[in-house]
Amino acid sequence: MPSTPVPEFRSRVIAVELDGDGAHPASWRKAHHDPQALLGGQRIRETVQAADIAGFHVATFKDSRVVDPGSTGIAGRIDAIQRAAFAAPITRSIGLVPEAGTIFTEPFHVATQLASLDYSSLGRAGWLVTADNTAKEARSVGRTPLPEGEAASEAADVVQASRRLWDSWEDDAVIRDVATGRYVDRDKLHYADFDGERFSVKGPSIIPRPLQGQLVVFAPAELIPAVEADVALVSADTTDALPQAAQAAAAAGAPRTLVELDVILDSRGQAAEDRLAELDSYEEWTGGARYVGSAEGLVELLTTLFAAADGVRLKPAVLDVDLPELANKVLPELHRSGLVVPPLPGATLRETFGLPRPANRFAAA
Amino acid sequence: MTNHHRIAGNGQIQFGVFFQGVNHTTVWKDAQSGSQTDFESFRRVAQTAERGLFSAFFLGEGLRLREHLGKIHDLDVVGRPDAQTALAALAAITTNIGLVATQNTTYNDPADLAHRLASLDLLSGGRAAWNIVTTDNAWTGANFRRGGFLKHEDRYVRAEAFVQTAKAIWDSWADGAIAGSRNDPRWLREDAIATVKRQDRSFDVEITGRLPRSSQQHPVLFQAGDSPDGRDFAVRNADVIFSAHPELEDAKKFRDDIVARTLKAGRPADDVKIFPGQEFILGATAAEAEEKHQWVRSLQVGPETAIAYLEQFWGRTLTEYDPDGPLPDIDPLVDVTNPTRGNAFHGKSAKDLAAQWRADAKENGQSIRQFVAARSRLNGRGLVGSYDAIADKLAEYAHTGAVDGFNITPWIVPGGLDDIVNELVPRLQDRGVYRTEYEGTNLRENLGLRAPLTRRGSLTSTQLTESEEVA
Repeated sequence: MPSTPVPEFRSRVIAVELDGDGAHPASWRKAHHDPQALLGGQRIRETVQAADIAGFHVATFKDSRVVDPGSTGIAGRIDAIQRAAFAAPITRSIGLVPEAGTIFTEPFHVATQLASLDYSSLGRAGWLVTADNTAKEARSVGRTPLPEGEAASEAADVVQASRRLWDSWEDDAVIRDVATGRYVDRDKLHYADFDGERFSVKGPSIIPRPLQGQLVVFAPAELIPAVEADVALVSADTTDALPQAAQAAAAAGAPRTLVELDVILDSRGQAAEDRLAELDSYEEWTGGARYVGSAEGLVELLTTLFAAADGVRLKPAVLDVDLPELANKVLPELHRSGLVVPPLPGATLRETFGLPRPANRFAAA
Repeated sequence: MTNHHRIAGNGQIQFGVFFQGVNHTTVWKDAQSGSQTDFESFRRVAQTAERGLFSAFFLGEGLRLREHLGKIHDLDVVGRPDAQTALAALAAITTNIGLVATQNTTYNDPADLAHRLASLDLLSGGRAAWNIVTTDNAWTGANFRRGGFLKHEDRYVRAEAFVQTAKAIWDSWADGAIAGSRNDPRWLREDAIATVKRQDRSFDVEITGRLPRSSQQHPVLFQAGDSPDGRDFAVRNADVIFSAHPELEDAKKFRDDIVARTLKAGRPADDVKIFPGQEFILGATAAEAEEKHQWVRSLQVGPETAIAYLEQFWGRTLTEYDPDGPLPDIDPLVDVTNPTRGNAFHGKSAKDLAAQWRADAKENGQSIRQFVAARSRLNGRGLVGSYDAIADKLAEYAHTGAVDGFNITPWIVPGGLDDIVNELVPRLQDRGVYRTEYEGTNLRENLGLRAPLTRRGSLTSTQLTESEEVA
């Protein structure tokens, strides 16, 4: 079966990381709720619905398989795929992209969980591939870390295995043919038969092909081209270095690029610099490229960055403060400029990124 | 034996619903049968169950597609989402119903599975449960990093070590581990997490728990194994048994057996709840229900299904046999039945089974189709009757305390609960044997369960007296 026509890539993509109370380690001190109210469904409902209504294209959900004992910041996280799944039936147009690890997880579980997310979200699921290879995480599952330098190839194998599992059911495998009593056409079910360096997966998947055919796969630019990804997340130390890094990622074969940007904005008569200084007095924010300032200035910066990248992933310092500023002042301005168009309700995440629904690798041509 | 079941019961029955996904009893040939994978089907069933004040919504698990004579089995409903991912989505659009994920201890890691269950528990506000299953099946292992690593006799050894490790992970955060105010020095109090170390023949791990407990402390634990080992595993570890003993007299015997084992394990007599799986086929009148029953059975076991059912035991094609004729007169090709249709049939002597079945069918005058239909009925005939008759019957279960509830397996999706919720539940409420509102705010409270075993401290004197009385 051929892939569908390429949908129009009509908008620069604005993604937002929804993690804890924000990206700054002291964010919880400025949250509009008690610390003990963070880890539950209500908090996810509030933030993801705010992002959906504001017209963000993507929400990403950070995951961590170990606790950082050194930080004064938030040390607990609900499983990222489950947070995204919880968000699915209560949102309409935002893409839902959880992080999921590859080195110490079971590829079959990860692939089927993500496929299930695509069903719950009606085709709005993505996957942000991570390849943490720490001794602590290894120890938690009775394994040892991979030799230095092998994490990227293992991540690449897990992505390949997942892509094969997603294709292991052809789109029309469920036939429900009453005349012959057959529920599925077994000729349209395929063994994934992935055979990698360190693991193999037989297949087929336990769930039919995802609604999008293949989920949109995001990966840090450093893992590309090893990992077959659709979207590169491009980071740099400064905003000035982002355009060049984005162009390098595109040259390395990433179909779409998003630059990573920490943001803290002026809010309620308080300058962003002052907000940052206060937060940093508790614990310093060690992120990547950062914007500190007014909403207008951020619109200007993004407009510049969009000359080199397909979009941005914003990491707001404090969700309860910076998310409303982004929703009320930044996104409307970007919409007015025409560079950014809100996602359409019912559009799949692939459509939002202008990516075609891919042909199935196992289907007879 | 004394009246264990009377003491264990509270005059009420509860309902759960098991959205099966992969099975031969969900009717898919009727026009009213909907998608088995679209989220809308799950939403409809879960929200209908919640409207009917059900205690729990169950999802099954199967980690490899079933095969038949070396090919993917194509006659039954197949394809379902990952249980916890689907339940996390349902958590957002339900408020009271428990969310039960079947998850196995063989092809998971405690550090990962315990964390995901704790995640579901927090997301749902204390409504998560884990139906613990085991497998030693190497054929399933072909989908996993480990492959078929586990011996049959070790599956409960690993399961028990797994569950103990999971409980230790859930217990690892101290009460009050998280800051009480935004001015505290740290979000997580120092030394608030105890590291879980386990080294035995199943595990060599060191795990730092990543989440606090929900309002129900631990996810509720369900267990379905019916062997003596399975029952002892349940009374040592679980809160609820998803049993295969729905008929009243059988259910009473099962209750007595479980109560005796529960007391022996040092727990109060009513500490383990019992929910048999059951199919309900209802109508306004007995005649209407019986007619529906015949129709449902004919759709569940079509001619192809009947032949395929026997083929898996005979180990060869039997298409030359008439589904409406007698059982095949030839012997099976295989010595033991093949595991590729799931664990249930694994390891039985095929020749003995075939001889026995041939004799049984002959004695009962059954054709292949009739024989298979009778055999594959879920736990007997099911509850078939008018709304009023079934309500009376369920009231009897409630009064004898034989079961705490039924886990209903709808024969059609997504409308299979509609008549139960619209017609049967009000009649049960009229008879005073079914809740009129949810009692608690989390699953543990709604099931009438005590605190998790590891968080109970010493038993109160009341509880000890209670258990001594029934001993």
